[in-house]
Amino acid sequence: MNERIVRLRNQTLEAKPTISAERAVLVTEFYKRPETRGLSVPMRRALAFRHILENKAIVFNDGELIVGERGPAPKATPTYPEVCIHSLQDLRYLHDRKKTAFASDEETRRVYAEEIIPFWQGRSQRDRLFAAMTKDWIDAYEAGVFTEFMEQRAPGHTVLDGKIYRKGMLDFKKDIERALAALDVLTDPAAYDKQEELKGMAVCADALIAFGRRHADKARELAAGEKDPVRKGELERIAEVCDRVPAEAPRDFWEALQMYWFVHLGVIIEYNTWDSFNPGRLDQHLRPFYERGLADGTLTKDSARELLQAFWVKFNNQPAPPKVGVTAEESGTYTDFALINVGGLKEDGTDGVNELSYLILDVIQEMRLLQPSSMVQISAKGPDAFLLRALEIVRTGFGQPSIFNTDAIVQELVRQGKSVVDARNGGCSGCVEAGAFGKEAYILTGYFNLPKVFEITLGNGVDPRTGKRIGLETGDSEGFKTFDELFEAFRKQVRHFVDIKVRGSNVIERLYATYLPAPFLSVLVDDCVANGKDYHAGGARYNSNYIQGVGMGTITDVLSAVRYNVYDHGHFTMAGLREALAANFAGHEGLRQRVLNRTPKFGNDDDYADSLMTRVFEAYFEAVDGRPTPRGGTYRINLLPTTAHIYFGKMTGATADGRLAGDAVSEGVSPVQGADRKGPTAVIKSLGKMDHIRTGGTLLNQKFTPQLLADETGRRGLKDLVRSYFKLMGHHIQFNVVTADLLRTAQAQPEKYRDLIVRVAGYSDYFVDCGTELQNEIIRRTEHQEI
Amino acid sequence: MDGNGERSPKTLSGWVFDIKRYSIHDGPGIRTTVFLKGCALRCLWCHNPESLAPGPELMHWTGRCARCHACVRACPRGAISADAAGAIAIDRSKCDLCGRCADACLYDAMQIVGRRMSVDEVMAEVEKDRLFYEQSGGGVTLSGGDPLVQAGFAEAILDACRARGLSTALDTAGWSPNGALERLARKADVVLFDLKCVDETRHRELTGVSSAPILANLERLAAAGPEIWVRVPLVGGVNDDDGNIRRTIEVLRPLEAVKRIGLLPYHAGGADKARRIGAGPPVREFEAPAEARIAAIESAFRDAGFEVRRGG
Repeated sequence: MNERIVRLRNQTLEAKPTISAERAVLVTEFYKRPETRGLSVPMRRALAFRHILENKAIVFNDGELIVGERGPAPKATPTYPEVCIHSLQDLRYLHDRKKTAFASDEETRRVYAEEIIPFWQGRSQRDRLFAAMTKDWIDAYEAGVFTEFMEQRAPGHTVLDGKIYRKGMLDFKKDIERALAALDVLTDPAAYDKQEELKGMAVCADALIAFGRRHADKARELAAGEKDPVRKGELERIAEVCDRVPAEAPRDFWEALQMYWFVHLGVIIEYNTWDSFNPGRLDQHLRPFYERGLADGTLTKDSARELLQAFWVKFNNQPAPPKVGVTAEESGTYTDFALINVGGLKEDGTDGVNELSYLILDVIQEMRLLQPSSMVQISAKGPDAFLLRALEIVRTGFGQPSIFNTDAIVQELVRQGKSVVDARNGGCSGCVEAGAFGKEAYILTGYFNLPKVFEITLGNGVDPRTGKRIGLETGDSEGFKTFDELFEAFRKQVRHFVDIKVRGSNVIERLYATYLPAPFLSVLVDDCVANGKDYHAGGARYNSNYIQGVGMGTITDVLSAVRYNVYDHGHFTMAGLREALAANFAGHEGLRQRVLNRTPKFGNDDDYADSLMTRVFEAYFEAVDGRPTPRGGTYRINLLPTTAHIYFGKMTGATADGRLAGDAVSEGVSPVQGADRKGPTAVIKSLGKMDHIRTGGTLLNQKFTPQLLADETGRRGLKDLVRSYFKLMGHHIQFNVVTADLLRTAQAQPEKYRDLIVRVAGYSDYFVDCGTELQNEIIRRTEHQEI
Repeated sequence: MDGNGERSPKTLSGWVFDIKRYSIHDGPGIRTTVFLKGCALRCLWCHNPESLAPGPELMHWTGRCARCHACVRACPRGAISADAAGAIAIDRSKCDLCGRCADACLYDAMQIVGRRMSVDEVMAEVEKDRLFYEQSGGGVTLSGGDPLVQAGFAEAILDACRARGLSTALDTAGWSPNGALERLARKADVVLFDLKCVDETRHRELTGVSSAPILANLERLAAAGPEIWVRVPLVGGVNDDDGNIRRTIEVLRPLEAVKRIGLLPYHAGGADKARRIGAGPPVREFEAPAEARIAAIESAFRDAGFEVRRGG
């Protein structure tokens, strides 16, 4: 890391997230103008976008090479009142809260109070959305059965492919003009709508060009006043870069990065999209520029590294837009999930790992920033050296990069009907979500609380937390004679709540298509231009809606506990179990210990439990997969939680697996914390029984201490563990390298960390099984290895 | 203990005290290590005191104990009692290891360590991770105690592994007066050979047996050809002195089959385990050599041409 990058990195680390009223003021000002009222919706959106880009502050941070900020300063974060109004109470709460705070000053609050809130009241999408939901939807939402992604943020969830490295905005405009010219009002009843949408797209393309030019002008202005000749030269170079992009296709490495960055800003200024807009397969996109630059002497490995590092800082300057309420609970983080994909396959099916892939891994390791997030795609054809290099970075313990199975991703996408080439050009975004990059709108609609649905099943449709009837009457749980009868009742409840969720999502999808189209994003995603249709309305080549299942480990262990103890062995009755659950196990510690320690659990390569996991999987899959969405897409499942497992845990009482009321449910597809006691190979065998290919992504988290990864043997072991999981067609695995602090927690609460394996000396053991003296020694060693 | 006379893998059985999956330091690749009970040595610093006796033992985990006294009630021989504070005491002279206390204890604070398993049962367990062995070049490691103590059982497991195409490793302390080592080593792809101390007198003091047959076995084994990984536990002030290291190198240098040395610094895990089986406190306190000392030993072996790994 050179001196400049150290400085830029410090700038972003020290910048404090604040609320900026800039965008809200501009969009409000625009919408207030009487002449905008008669515009078609897409044109009004497009012109609002142009108004923001024409008037927002142009920001140059000291010493930077890639330019442009979403707000008026790094981490000055806009709000999107047309989607969600932040009340004064919200602003104060955001300011004061301990985690993921956003500061706001008096002046900002005044502007919100006087200008923004009064104008948007009743006109924001959030107001429309809740008004349009039915009572059963509201009940289930309030009970914590599911969450709703689009109540504060616009649909997004797409990733860019390689088109912007071959075409500039002027080229996109030519495509748009061709599509306009081809419209025939005589034969196409949607021709007028298409015309308005396409005109809006053209306005957006022009707006981004003008935004680039404003940066070129600013660079020249700064260069004129710059005394340092080196910086002056840099600013002149930046001006040249911004003269070229985004109007025209980039010619070199620098222009390619700046091109992407302008496009990225466009997307995240147009809306607060959920989420993860990102360049995707960065090593593949940049490779031609990298190789050409090295060949003609305009680029060196070091200058490429510096540009990439400067690019990295830009992501970290843009925290996820402020979230409140349930949205904050399900995704309590500053990260906006831009997930850089490295490695994988080329579109002809050959290995895509190249020199730049390794250089990007170096950048990830050196920068050690929250954003962008990063992942490696590992295909069976890829070299072990690449995976080993990634594991070396994993060892440093900041959770990046996560590790994905390219071959599974390709199969998943092909199963959904994508062409194999589109699938190979795809990857994962967000946490683990598979998509055909540049060609798919894959909208995450919300998390679904599987353990909660079982709780409601035991209550014969009543939520025991509130006493409210929100589910079906599937029968008194004490009356089920067999486990199969009980499971059938659960299956019906799952279907019932999925129906409610889908009904809601189908309406919400129309609300966005109708009121808040995204003409700029539509320029970027195939085939919105060719179809003359908005991204939100089904213009993309592929359209998917996901409902993200949460608590797979918990629900499996719950079913196992009930089947094993009530139906198979008669250790206790259903009535006894329900009494224990109602009492949160107080006075029922024997029963609790039996379900904790004497009952088959998911994650131990034990078919008794694992077969229940596959049964839940099938029930959930059947309830969701294949259902149509209004925009011509299809509902799919994936299994990931972000932080929803904590929120859902809060909303769910004690469960039959021994979990206490309010404790988190299991996360992703990982076993319940502490339930997997046979080591990582057993976890992987259990997870290998899941048909990942029928999902759009699953998330497996494994904890290791740094010692387990310290030497070559440890890394090779892990490499083979990953390769084996991927042979079983596992989708994703990430390694949490534990800290000394976590070990101390485990020492204090051993029952929650029965799965934590540590390297002792010459062997590994469960941490909680080590004597206190040895535990202390391991904690000291871990501390010593932490950076 | 050997199940002599019963030759079928279904009925031939032995005492196993642990089966550990994802062992990556007990031979090449990802392995499953099967720990057999019984050891001929009595190393004063033993890390696994529950492995020493050839048969099962009752282990009590005080940290897990909820003092519910289900074990006291379950014991048919009155071997378990609770003191005024509720803490459990076991009269091991009365205990016949029936295991009812362990069944009754839902906290897993009472456990019978040592389970009689047939060869088939062991194989069913090790087969579970075949995928990982095939990916990594790993396989099955027999460890202990010392597998030589249950040589017939150990040999049958090795045979079964070979018949199923699983790679094998034998982890042994090398004290084998009756030729068991050679018999078993022929069926192992790698032998992990522990060498605690070269000096005869000191070895006897520290482990209870002479080093001479161990060294002779090592030489014979090296001539027979299997790959040998020598493992040296390093105990501060006990065997980490220049003299012992120098003599160890002198012994190992001529042996072509020994290319790799694993250094295992002492750790305090054994004392707790000893308490759990009622073996009382260790006769002496031990400690790991200082980091600088371990590093010096590492380079001494490295300079002598060995590949050195810390921790196996």
